[in-house]
Amino acid sequence: MTAVPAHRGRRRGAWLRRNLHAWAFLAAGVACFALFSWYPLVRGIVLSFQQVNFVTDAVWVGWDNFRALFDDPLFFTAWANTLEFTGLALLFGYAVPFVVAVVINEFRHLKGFFRIAVYTPVMLPPIVSVLLWQYFYDPGNGLFNSILTGLGLPASDWTQSPKMAMISLVLVSTWANMGGATIMYLAGLATIPSELYEAAELDGASVRQRVRHVVLPQMRFILLVLLLLQIVATMQVFIEPYQLTGTTNPDTITVLVLVYRYAFTVNNDFGLAAAMSVLLFVVLGAFSAAYLRLTRDKD
Amino acid sequence: MKRGRALGLSLAVCATLACAACGGGAPQGQEPAGGPVTITVNGLPPATDEYNRAVFEENVKAFEARYPDYRIEAKEGFMDPQTFSAKIAGGQLEDVFYVYLTDAQNLIARRQVSDVSPYLADFPVTKAYKPGLMRVFSDDKGKVYGLPDDNYSLGLLYNRALYKKAGLDPDKPPLTWAEVRENAKKLTALGDGVVGYGDYSKSNIGGWHFTAEIYSVGGDVAVKDATGAWKPAFNSDQGRQVLRQLKDMRWTDDTMGKRQLLEYDDLVKLMASAKLGQMVGSTGDLTNTVTRFKATYDDFGMGPIPGGQGTLGGGSGYMFKAGLSPEKIKAGLAWLTFRKNPDRIDADNARAAAKGLPVGLPEPNVWTGDSERKQRAATEKHATVPTKNFAPFAAALGRVPVKLEPPNAQQIYAVLDTAMQKVLTDANADVEALLADAEKQVGQILATVK
Repeated sequence: MTAVPAHRGRRRGAWLRRNLHAWAFLAAGVACFALFSWYPLVRGIVLSFQQVNFVTDAVWVGWDNFRALFDDPLFFTAWANTLEFTGLALLFGYAVPFVVAVVINEFRHLKGFFRIAVYTPVMLPPIVSVLLWQYFYDPGNGLFNSILTGLGLPASDWTQSPKMAMISLVLVSTWANMGGATIMYLAGLATIPSELYEAAELDGASVRQRVRHVVLPQMRFILLVLLLLQIVATMQVFIEPYQLTGTTNPDTITVLVLVYRYAFTVNNDFGLAAAMSVLLFVVLGAFSAAYLRLTRDKD
Repeated sequence: MKRGRALGLSLAVCATLACAACGGGAPQGQEPAGGPVTITVNGLPPATDEYNRAVFEENVKAFEARYPDYRIEAKEGFMDPQTFSAKIAGGQLEDVFYVYLTDAQNLIARRQVSDVSPYLADFPVTKAYKPGLMRVFSDDKGKVYGLPDDNYSLGLLYNRALYKKAGLDPDKPPLTWAEVRENAKKLTALGDGVVGYGDYSKSNIGGWHFTAEIYSVGGDVAVKDATGAWKPAFNSDQGRQVLRQLKDMRWTDDTMGKRQLLEYDDLVKLMASAKLGQMVGSTGDLTNTVTRFKATYDDFGMGPIPGGQGTLGGGSGYMFKAGLSPEKIKAGLAWLTFRKNPDRIDADNARAAAKGLPVGLPEPNVWTGDSERKQRAATEKHATVPTKNFAPFAAALGRVPVKLEPPNAQQIYAVLDTAMQKVLTDANADVEALLADAEKQVGQILATVK
């Protein structure tokens, strides 16, 4: 054991004292994370290998919960639906906010108004947005069908039609969530030096060319990060299918809806629900790691 | 100073979180030696339900006066499947707690309830409960884990005012599904958004109604085979009949409205707003229609379930938390048999009638024998609702066999919900394929029943 020189020990003590309140603040943050994020995470992983009734001791069941998942025909349906939702949500939810941000950025007036207008749905509680759209989608007297029939177009069954159900959910989700992405894109656009635009304009570049040669290269980082965040968020879609199409509709059962069914409405099996959640966690974790690695390597 | 305050604040936050994590407090279920036995019970009506809350609180006072060794700590709330497990895990579940009959067997199988059979002999009134209801609270060895509180059986609810408008006789509800279909056409023809017949197809409720409807035409959802193992039984002529008649009403006749994927409140609201002519329902649904959505009993009638070969029965009751001491179980049994007792029905009905509350519906009625006769007499004596509107249903009560739910009911309902959704939302739904697919899934669910 090597003795610490006295002056080094004193220095460390002084450094600790100097930063004591910073440590205290850090401890509060760490405690919050430990209690509300890390502990539930670890507990969820433990639970996925157990059968519990919360009265008697939990029974360790090894991989049984995971095996039961693969035996459930809805397991693959849920993953397929989730991937379909994510794909469609990217198609709409990733591109639309970017286009909206570029358009708002091009406005000379009323920028603030449009920023607020786009962001307002994000401030609504998600269930309120979804209930609002439930009225829009009503195949009887809903707003959308009234508009369609008013224009002489055929009405749609929206969420009740097997073909339109998933698209209907994506539209709600895009409307409700695009504000956040748009604001981030606008912030990104604001950081692009105006000289670049001016130079491009002097060179006679059109809006499309400015987007392609100035905006996209300058915003590459924010685009990549938002793509990752959006995929992670949309893979966890729940409230739209839960409220609009129900937890028993095989056309729109997603991974989280299945987790909910396992835990609360159908199986009352928290082990099974935890196993499904762990699987989603692993898939999203692996995807995020691979994505970050791939995009970092290209830099 | 500022630094010290910030430090103190941070430490306070840490300490609070640490306390929260430990979930402090005294261990659950312990009683001070020598004192009265206190039990926690739920089912206390909310403050907004002034009358029933006052009745409940008076019952608690009267109970504690009669049983000085027992104390009741009443809490609001009934059964909420979403918070139930969290309450158990957090030690917050009441000692005597409300359940739907659907949940009782699962709780017994998961060992989350206490066996109360050794103490039932001290409470002879428990022998007067309908044996079918007691079976729901018992395991296969005959051990009992709870007592019934309310029951229902499904019949046909209809809007008498709409019947009259459509030229139908409101005193003669349809007795077959063919008549329901014909009446639905006439009711829909009234226009103004009136739907002739409505049914559920969301949140497992569609599967629940499918079960009632297949019972009504003599079919079954699950039966035991020769080895005693449960097998699906709904991929049958009766199952096909149920789905086909719904599909025909939805698509061929267009008498069920365009809006589908309906859940509980949707139909009740439609019924209350006189936009729905007929639905399968119980007296509880009727009460909800009247009390929650401000309709009047005069506008509604109730007949037996069409087909009449069987109907689905259910209800609610109270069970005892696992690990309760014998003293607490006895206190719980004393409480339940005190507040729900055939000898009290007359006085309870008289008081409710004096307040202008609904008295006189044919159900709930959890009693048999002399107790049932007392219940009927007290109901007729103090009736405040137009009992003749519900006479066709009441008259059929003894005639239409009441069947309980299949094992693992919620899981099966979730599968059958899908079949209901498909026939009501897809004009090209293939009934045969839907039933075959559901049969495979329900077969897997039933294979897990021990």
